[in-house]
Amino acid sequence: MPTLTEFLILAAILFGLGIAGIIINRKNLIVLLMSLELILLSVNTNFVAFSHFLKNEIGQVFVFFILTVAASEAAIGLAILVVLYRKLNTIDVQSLDALKG
Amino acid sequence: MDNFLSVLVLSVVLLPLLGALIAGLLGKKMGVLVTHRITVTLVGVAFLISIYLFQQMIINQHPNVNHLFYTWAVGGSFQFDIGILLDRLSVVMITVVLFVSLMVHIYTIGYMAGDPGYQRFFSYVSLFTFAMLVLVLANNFLLLFFGWEGVGLVSYLLIGFWFERESAITGSLKAFLANRVGDVGFILAIAAILTYFGSINYPDVFRQVPSVLDKTISIIPGYDVSVISVICLLLFIGAMAKSAQVPLHVWLPESMEGPTPISALIHAATMVTAGIYMVARMSPLFEYSETVLSTILIIGGTTAFFMGLLAITQFDIKRVIAYSTLSQLGYMAVALGASAYDAAIFHLITHAFFKALLFLAAGSVIIALHHEQDMRNMGGLAKILPITYGTFLIGSLALSAIPPFSGFFSKDIIIEAVQLSHVYGASYAYYCVLFGAFLTPLYIFRALFMTFHQNPRYHNDSHHPVKESPWTICLPLIALAIPSIFVGQILISPMLFTQTKILGNSIFVLPQHNVISEIANEYHGAELMALTAGKSLTFWLGMGGIITAWLCIAMYPAWAQFFKTRFSFIYAILLRKYGFDEFNQVILVQGTQNAGHLCYDVSDVKMIDGALVNGSGRLIRWFAAAARRLQTGYIYHYALIMVIAIVALLAWYVGGF
Amino acid sequence: MLTVTPLHIIFYIFAAIAISSGIAVVTAQNPIRSVLSLVVTFFAMAVIWMMLQAEFLSLVLLLVYVGAVMTLFLFVVMMLNSDREAKYGGFVHYLPWGILILLLMTGLIIVALFPNYFTLMMYSSEANSALPVQSNLERIGTLLYTDYVYPFEIAGVILLAAIIAAITLAHRDPRRRKVQDPAKQSLARREDNVRLVKMPAENPIKRGDNDANAH
Repeated sequence: MPTLTEFLILAAILFGLGIAGIIINRKNLIVLLMSLELILLSVNTNFVAFSHFLKNEIGQVFVFFILTVAASEAAIGLAILVVLYRKLNTIDVQSLDALKG
Repeated sequence: MDNFLSVLVLSVVLLPLLGALIAGLLGKKMGVLVTHRITVTLVGVAFLISIYLFQQMIINQHPNVNHLFYTWAVGGSFQFDIGILLDRLSVVMITVVLFVSLMVHIYTIGYMAGDPGYQRFFSYVSLFTFAMLVLVLANNFLLLFFGWEGVGLVSYLLIGFWFERESAITGSLKAFLANRVGDVGFILAIAAILTYFGSINYPDVFRQVPSVLDKTISIIPGYDVSVISVICLLLFIGAMAKSAQVPLHVWLPESMEGPTPISALIHAATMVTAGIYMVARMSPLFEYSETVLSTILIIGGTTAFFMGLLAITQFDIKRVIAYSTLSQLGYMAVALGASAYDAAIFHLITHAFFKALLFLAAGSVIIALHHEQDMRNMGGLAKILPITYGTFLIGSLALSAIPPFSGFFSKDIIIEAVQLSHVYGASYAYYCVLFGAFLTPLYIFRALFMTFHQNPRYHNDSHHPVKESPWTICLPLIALAIPSIFVGQILISPMLFTQTKILGNSIFVLPQHNVISEIANEYHGAELMALTAGKSLTFWLGMGGIITAWLCIAMYPAWAQFFKTRFSFIYAILLRKYGFDEFNQVILVQGTQNAGHLCYDVSDVKMIDGALVNGSGRLIRWFAAAARRLQTGYIYHYALIMVIAIVALLAWYVGGF
Repeated sequence: MLTVTPLHIIFYIFAAIAISSGIAVVTAQNPIRSVLSLVVTFFAMAVIWMMLQAEFLSLVLLLVYVGAVMTLFLFVVMMLNSDREAKYGGFVHYLPWGILILLLMTGLIIVALFPNYFTLMMYSSEANSALPVQSNLERIGTLLYTDYVYPFEIAGVILLAAIIAAITLAHRDPRRRKVQDPAKQSLARREDNVRLVKMPAENPIKRGDNDANAH
């Protein structure tokens, strides 16, 4: 059984990948949302790993809630994306610069 | 009796002021006739009162009256009040001032007839009389300064009387500004007196002079000068501007832009003599400072000689007489420097009469020729204007110090006094006034010959025939001619050579400076002095001047032309009046304008507006533009920054706090 | 320390799959490939969760997450036309930054996880040699309905809110379309739609002209 450290390192790598995906992705808003899912996945992994090694189920209960929220957030995010597409006719992230100073 | 006299003095001062107010405020409504009647009457009454005061003070030997009318301000230990000091010096001065003022008032009736500013002119002349009387009668420095400034102000108003002429405006401004320069020195002197004497009343100051003798003040650090010298020097700077000594003389020729009556009143008889009067009044102070006496001698001598040189080259008849005034003021200053204060005041009195006479006669010529002032367009007027010619001749003879006219007595005494003085600079001043005695008749008789003799060069048309001026003009001429002839003879003994002189204890002379008493040893009476004039060098210099003028101007004009071409370099310098005007224009006027430009363009526009005010705005805008590039509007940029912040926080945590 | 058990091998294999498909999610050109790589990632993580004895959750991950959310993603990706050509621009430019951030972030976390900071080594897995009495599902269920029933209900409300929000956002007003309503058409009357108005003439015609030109 791998130690806790290895699980956490795996989660960290996934987290970094998710962040990198947010930052280097310029072309597709959907990839941004998916990177968000990656981040949430890594956090969930952290919780599950700790729950296993601390022999406590609370971690898993928390994952449950995170899953709920992540699902609803993904749904709403996609709905907004659809409305945005109707307006701008593109999902290029670089065209979302209305807040430019 | 004192109270009665002080009331009289108050009325003498206030009557002209009343005349000025009435003429100024109600003149337009009352019309020319009523205006001049009221003002002339008021000044006449003041003159009669002054005659009475003269009789009381001089002939009846009444003691000095020092009366306080009103305390203006009290601040700590200082007290500024309005009071008069009626002593022998001031009563002599007010008599002369009021006489000349009365003559000028009468003269103005004829001279300014038809001028639209007639009432305004009378108001100004009466106002000037008031200010001059305040100056003379004051018993403290502050009131003296009030009168000082008042005469300067009215002089400005009167020089620029015909204000539509641009030359009049510049002339009046120049006079006022040059006076202002002197006033700086005067104010500093008053401040110094207040500091070191604790009071600005004449009696207090004069009483404390011996106790201040040892005090020194270091203006330049490490170099001590005596306080008395500093005070006297500053006072003399004020006198230099008012009495037009070199180098603050530049305003007097420009002041000829004003009408001739005021040239006679202000710039011959009264205002310019205010400086001389002030130094004579402060004789207890000046006696103790040999440095300043030397300065006065040198400056006075320079003025006397070099201004006389300039008078030879002028073509405007009023300018000739103006430079003559400058030269004679130099004589008075030289007399002051030689500690012959009585002689200076004596010359002041005689000069007032004959110079006012000369100006008024010149005015009569100008009026007769319908405002022609250039002597090159005159000539042959002797037969046509007999009274003017006669009085001008009398004035010229008085000015040239020909016995027995009054100028001879006063000028001769001055030259002898300077010869006997031992103060440093006396010999330089002596040679200046001696050669001035040659120049004076030269220029004035040149003017006389060019104006009244030779062939007529003026324009004579039948519409405005050239004839003698009306009686309002001729009466003052005759009235002034009489003292010009006799007052010298009458006053010389009482003024200078009796036990109790006319000016008495108003003048203070230290024994080692007392040149008058030395002259008194040789003096045996006025008639004898006139008859033995042939022994003195000055008499022959005077005659030489007349003969030279007669030869060069009247008989052989070619000789004058010869001198002009041979000495063309000197002639050019004289034409430019030694470059004083250019100096003032370039250095002072342009310098001030450039300094103003510097302050505005560099300091105000560039530094304050550009760098500070606009610069701070621009700085903020630049900063905002730079900071705006952080707000890209892209989510991934914001996410990046958040991540960077978290990384930094984490690094800090991992690395230990 | 370095005893390699079969669990280790499973862990490393599926970890490698997860990481590589994670990279694929981020770097794929085709958005469909991106979504499918994410699905693979979820599958790998589900296996790992199973290894951590969180059976319920790993299955929920697959059912809910992959089954519902990723399907939704696929729907949206296929609904929207995203140009393929415009995608490539700028990717290489920003890649170094991404790698830098990735390394920084991950490296820091890994440094944080070293034994000096976290006493993780004491968390061994001996405790799991004895299987618990209840199954994972029963235990979670007990917790969820007793201690955490309130957050549970609120989670339900959140889902309700999400549903309403998503529907409202994406709802299009049907009135934009022009449709015919025959019932309304047949009920129309002339009086409602037409009205005669009397007006004086602009240019009054004179009696004489008209009579001369009449018939």
